[in-house]
Amino acid sequence: MHEFSLCEGIIDTVTTQARQQGFSRVRRVWLEIGELANVELEALRFAFEIVRQDTTAADAELDIISLPGRAHCLDCAQPVAVQQHFDPCPLCGGYQWRLVSGTELRIKELEVE
Amino acid sequence: MCVTCGCGTPEASPHDHEHSHDHHDRSHPHPHSHAPTGRLISIEQDILAKNAGFAGENRRLFAARGVFALNLVSSPGSGKTTLLSQTVRALGTEFPVAVIGGDQQTANDAERIRAAGAPAVQINTGKGCHLDAHGVGHALEQLPLPEGGILFIENVGNLVCPADFDLGEAHKVVVLSVTEGEDKPLKYANMFAAADLMLLNKIDLLPHVDFDVAQCLDYARRVNSTLQILQLSARTGEGMAAWLDWLRQGQQATLAQQAARLEAELAAVRARLARTAG
Repeated sequence: MHEFSLCEGIIDTVTTQARQQGFSRVRRVWLEIGELANVELEALRFAFEIVRQDTTAADAELDIISLPGRAHCLDCAQPVAVQQHFDPCPLCGGYQWRLVSGTELRIKELEVE
Repeated sequence: MCVTCGCGTPEASPHDHEHSHDHHDRSHPHPHSHAPTGRLISIEQDILAKNAGFAGENRRLFAARGVFALNLVSSPGSGKTTLLSQTVRALGTEFPVAVIGGDQQTANDAERIRAAGAPAVQINTGKGCHLDAHGVGHALEQLPLPEGGILFIENVGNLVCPADFDLGEAHKVVVLSVTEGEDKPLKYANMFAAADLMLLNKIDLLPHVDFDVAQCLDYARRVNSTLQILQLSARTGEGMAAWLDWLRQGQQATLAQQAARLEAELAAVRARLARTAG
């Protein structure tokens, strides 16, 4: 359940931003999470509801934007889409590909007042 | 309050980030499902940015002092502590070796490592399921840094959570034993994708278990095509020589990098001296 640690990181950033930018309430938090990121979204939502208590984000909603997995296949020399770390290349069926993006765990934006 | 990193105070801010203060034009197309009515603040920051900051500090310390640092990850019971005890016995006479161990409870592992002859400190994570870079930074304060040698960080036995937390190590080393399922590289793909070396441990037990080595290695390479794999038994010593050589090469490379950096620094100082000598 490292999702709790991730949520503590989110709240930490929100709290720092609240101090720096002078807002007192967060309505919504947008996250960008890669399809291959090591996170269980249900666990993340569950943890967020607990960790947000008694903070400026106490009633904030969580919006998760999913980012696709993109890889470069060394055999095909082509960009390809992957959903899992153990997916074969959709073009050649091989496994000689390097992930380019898709493991993001990012706070994108806040809606505050 | 911690004087090095300021932990324990709400004002703590271990590193600075550039933040955009742009407020979106409301007419701007948005990935949002509702029409926002509040002020929008762009953040664009990694959730793990704070850990990454501490990991960067650890990594700079390791580089400056020529420490080859490894983060050992595995399921509980894969034999990490036995492996480390044997490794410490073999290498401890060649160069400094130290161990940071993470477990939810007890200092048993650190005691076993100390009995093998290396300084060891245990981090009890309590309910925590992984080590983080901040905790490792504090553990380093309680340990003689193995300058010019190897620091082993034995993570909490867990193939999920530690994958995400950079501790400042040179490599993650994943330990899998043949008493587990051969499909673990697929089941815990994030961890095997994050590792650079896999050690298949307890191979002395292969005659007694249904473990398909070839299938396991195939699964591991599907997940991570550049993963290096060594097979060994920490108990009988079979295959240990290749692991010890891999470690010596890493230790040598780390020292060579430190020497190159110091030489470049020295050359720059000498050049400045020559320029200003009048």
